[in-house]
Amino acid sequence: MSSNADIYHEMIVDYSRNPVNYGKIEDHDVTFHDSNPLCGDSIDIDMKIDDNKITDIKFHGRGCAICMACSSVLTEITKGKTLDEARVIEKNDVLSELGLEHLQAVRIKCALLSLKVLKSALYTYIGEHLENTQDLDTLKEEAANLY
Amino acid sequence: MQSTESLFENLRKDFPILKRTVRDNKPLVYLDNASTTQKPNQVIDAITDYYQNHNANIHRAVYALAEESTEAYEATRDKIANFINVKDRQEIIFVRGTTEAINLVAYAWGRPHIDEGDIIVTTEYEHHSNIVPWQLLTQEKHAKLEYIRMDDDGELILDDLDKFLATGKVKLVTFSLMSNVLGTITDAQKIIEKCKTAGVLTLIDGAQAVPHMKVDIEKLGCDFFAFSGHKMLGPTGIGVLWIKKPVLETMVPFHGGGDMIREVHKYETTWNDLPYKFEAGTPNIADVIGFGAAIDYLTKIGMDNVREHEVELTKYAMEKLSQVKGLHIYGTKDISKRGGVISFNFADVHPHDVAQIIDEEGIAVRSGHHCAQVLMERLNVAATSRASFYIYNTKEDIDILVNSLNIVAKVFKL
Repeated sequence: MSSNADIYHEMIVDYSRNPVNYGKIEDHDVTFHDSNPLCGDSIDIDMKIDDNKITDIKFHGRGCAICMACSSVLTEITKGKTLDEARVIEKNDVLSELGLEHLQAVRIKCALLSLKVLKSALYTYIGEHLENTQDLDTLKEEAANLY
Repeated sequence: MQSTESLFENLRKDFPILKRTVRDNKPLVYLDNASTTQKPNQVIDAITDYYQNHNANIHRAVYALAEESTEAYEATRDKIANFINVKDRQEIIFVRGTTEAINLVAYAWGRPHIDEGDIIVTTEYEHHSNIVPWQLLTQEKHAKLEYIRMDDDGELILDDLDKFLATGKVKLVTFSLMSNVLGTITDAQKIIEKCKTAGVLTLIDGAQAVPHMKVDIEKLGCDFFAFSGHKMLGPTGIGVLWIKKPVLETMVPFHGGGDMIREVHKYETTWNDLPYKFEAGTPNIADVIGFGAAIDYLTKIGMDNVREHEVELTKYAMEKLSQVKGLHIYGTKDISKRGGVISFNFADVHPHDVAQIIDEEGIAVRSGHHCAQVLMERLNVAATSRASFYIYNTKEDIDILVNSLNIVAKVFKL
């Protein structure tokens, strides 16, 4: 049986020491912040969006190694995607990149905080740029079903 | 008579949970006692005995079981009075824990006494339970909440208190007797003296202090005092609120319902005597009785011995931990001014990662903000790791903790 501490492999430790896409985008088109009330991890994501495409994405904040590694991977996956493509990114897209599919329940919130922030940022942006208000209900429903 | 050293070695056998192993067959090293403590057989048996042999509601029926359960329930009140040196048992109210106790005061004392412009003073090292109820109250009443700041050694800057008291607007000063993060023991005597001179009431959060040192309420001279059972070998869901009678008599009820009334008519009600006016509904009878057994257990050991044992452990742990390269301990280095609580950070490794890696070695430490985000902000950290000791901990537990940090250093290439 693999132990829980096996999650701390090279890749996680490297990402936590040298996070990718870490920082702020001053002229962002959308930004979102959230935190985990239990552990105090806190993540902000800024995005540049051009013609429905995410041309740049950066994150900053503080968190454990799992949180920082997952935020790095998520921003790598997201960069260059269209809004529709980014909307369907799932938790396993992030976890599998880091071999964290079997992460214990107590740490899963660390891993997925940045995904939650990304989705909130996406829906904020899409909501602000809707052309007809009918789509708003569909959007709200989709957002509500995320977690 | 056995030596105190063998006393503490022998008592481990009273705690069944200490015999179990965790993770990969590692003996449990439980170092999260500031959060909650383990329970000895004496407490577990008292609860089982109540349910197996005496279970009945209290203060109501006339049959034998009800008489037994009422007697056992009320006996705990007397044990508490003795334990913290309170002369009048009517001043002792049973609550769910320290959080409920402070909320009770904020509601039942605060609402009739706090007006617009009044000031309530707390400190930077409080638990959220001694901050949030006062935010709710002061926001509702358009009153003000002020903080006594903490210096870099984790001690309160009492000049701040003088400044607040000089406004003449302060109605209450509320503080913990021991910080749940830094272990700092507050100079309560000094604070209370200043407040008394200014005619201001004081509330003490004793959740961290009462389990670990002799506390004498009469000597302290405060007006409100709160603590929890589960941090001192007792069950969860039971705590104590003590209030000086002249203050208690000016308070409105907290919860309305059974047991707190004298007479109920369609449109008016008269209240029961103290302390029952503040104990509405069927209380947590079994756990009050279990708490009584915990107090008996601690009384038998002697609180001065408990404190001495923890000073010894803390001194040893501070020495060993400060030898670990890259490890930073928060709070004062003066053992006489701190309890058995050590918060630390290890290089740039996040406390959650530290806690998870050493969990594999069977070690239970807390990581996070410890419900003290105001303090975390003051220390400019997101979180800390915290090891906290109790009567059953040994120097060997501390050795295991220190050795496990080598594994953390290896994983994170420190």
